[in-house]
Amino acid sequence: MGGGELPGLLVNEIGGIHGILHGHVAFLKKHFYLITMKEFLENKKHMSEKVQAIYLWWHKPVVDQELLQSLPNLKVIANSGVGMDHLDLKLIASFGVKMANAPRAVSSSTADTGMALLLASARRLVEGYHLAISSDTDYCEADFLGVEVTGATLGIIGMGRIGYKIALRAKAFEMNILYHNRTHRKEQEEQAVGATFCETIENLLQQSDFVMVVVSLTPQTHKLIGKREMELMKPTATLINISRGAVIDEEALVTALQTGVIRAAALDVTYPEPLPRDHALLKLKNVIITPHLCIKTDKTTYMITKEAVENILAALNGLPMPSEVLPN
Amino acid sequence: MESQELPYVLTDCIGGRHGVYEDHAEFLKKHFSLITMKEYLENKKLLGEKIRAIYAWYHKPVIDEELLRSLPNLKIVASSGVGIDHLDLNLLSRYGVKVSNTPFIVSNDTADLGMALMLASSRRLVEGYEMAVSPDTEYFPADWLGAEVSGATLGIVGMGTIGYKVANRAKAFEMKILYHNRNQRNKEEESAVGAIYCKKIDDLLQQSDFVLLSVNLTPQTHKLIGKRQLQLMKPTATLINISRGLVVDQDALVEALQNHVIKAAALDVTYPEPLPRGHPLLKMKNVIITPHIGSATKKTRRLMMENMMESIQAGLTGLPIPNEVLL
Repeated sequence: MGGGELPGLLVNEIGGIHGILHGHVAFLKKHFYLITMKEFLENKKHMSEKVQAIYLWWHKPVVDQELLQSLPNLKVIANSGVGMDHLDLKLIASFGVKMANAPRAVSSSTADTGMALLLASARRLVEGYHLAISSDTDYCEADFLGVEVTGATLGIIGMGRIGYKIALRAKAFEMNILYHNRTHRKEQEEQAVGATFCETIENLLQQSDFVMVVVSLTPQTHKLIGKREMELMKPTATLINISRGAVIDEEALVTALQTGVIRAAALDVTYPEPLPRDHALLKLKNVIITPHLCIKTDKTTYMITKEAVENILAALNGLPMPSEVLPN
Repeated sequence: MESQELPYVLTDCIGGRHGVYEDHAEFLKKHFSLITMKEYLENKKLLGEKIRAIYAWYHKPVIDEELLRSLPNLKIVASSGVGIDHLDLNLLSRYGVKVSNTPFIVSNDTADLGMALMLASSRRLVEGYEMAVSPDTEYFPADWLGAEVSGATLGIVGMGTIGYKVANRAKAFEMKILYHNRNQRNKEEESAVGAIYCKKIDDLLQQSDFVLLSVNLTPQTHKLIGKRQLQLMKPTATLINISRGLVVDQDALVEALQNHVIKAAALDVTYPEPLPRGHPLLKMKNVIITPHIGSATKKTRRLMMENMMESIQAGLTGLPIPNEVLL
């Protein structure tokens, strides 16, 4: 091994559909010797020993047994974002490889996305825009009505870092905040945002004007919101999803929206992404779908890469990692 | 002895796309004899004398000298919303007619919409929606990005009730808040939202990532934002207008957007409304326009109606008028 050589960092690709952003490359190259999957596969013998870390961007490259076995010097994998449902954490740990994600970087931006969707849906912003620019001038402002946000009740399902930032924002809109979480937040934290814990999700669903889903995707949260949950919601309520598409039973959602069981939905995530072009959700007037905006800003994407680099360097230097994820 | 007749109140029309909502009319009819313009025109002689108030819903009916002359017993015009730039206050005063609006009821909704527009514009929500539903979309590209709202600088031009509510909301997004106003707010009000006063609007324009307009339309604020002001703004900045279209020099805005002098605009108001089809603003990818929906929620419109009814009742009985607009 040559002295002074930078540690090898495996990435899926640079640029392209799901690749590392061009604007991040210079920063990464300061600390690492960048290896793309293409380069790795073309020269496995030479490259496999060099790779000490992997940086995942939009869940790629796929980390499976085969890849792990071919990287004898792999010490750490950094995930961009906080969703970990695409990773087999136990498998990775079994190879003695450490895992990190980027909670600090993503929370504000994702909370902003949740609020953007809530407001856009409540005030029918997308419909309004289409009306304002349509070639048909015969519309009238007077009879185009949305629903109030200020003073309404927001039910947050999943009060982690992101859920809490949503609560902070919603409080400024004088919203009444309910939340449902695996665990109770501390009293001061609850008081700071005026949030009331709902022991049961049913309780939250029945009282909320807006239901915001902010959970991780796990076997327990798969199809967490189904037909039954939607029927418990108010017919005037709006469902907002910024977690993972699979947390909602999409078929049940289509039916609920078509039959007025709930008023509207705003989805930053679906299953799959993108949806097939003939999917019913794409045609419903009371649905806003956005292309997984959550962290898609210049600032946040850069912060994610910085957080990843911090974690990787810590792991390679045997220091505690700021955002380590343990397999349980 | 004449039976107690409900006071005669003129309105433009009921139902349909422009008129007073049917459920509102039902409620109003419990307190007034509601006369539509059509009914009035069909029976001017009789009704002209009876009409004592006008319920002006969304700037209709148009109140000109001709109408005022034919309504000798008109005491009050109740106008919906907060803007009164569509009324000739001098004219109405000469005829001894009082005016009321609904200033505070609209503030929350309008502030909410200001925030909605800022978030939608910054995060490219409308463009994103089109991508998500377009028949041609095969994937969502990783390098398609918006700009951050959290931690950015918001410059509020016009820190009245609505502007202040926007500041409250923006603070929760950890935004840095600058404001320009005729008068500086007091220290407690400023520190409650962490807002910094910019005596000169130029200072605000130069530092802001988002410039939000929440002023009244007056001769002083007409074309407040013109070519010079737009050029002072950052090329990465977004202009948000929830006041009146005429506060902005619209032609200058089109030019500024086309030449990348500013990044984007989000407008709930234009001049005229609606814009003529074919207007450049309607085609720009970096412009979001909404059809003047600042106060467009069921609850608020209901409260507006109730406020207007109260103002009319007060005006007709000689009591102090809630939300009276003075010259």
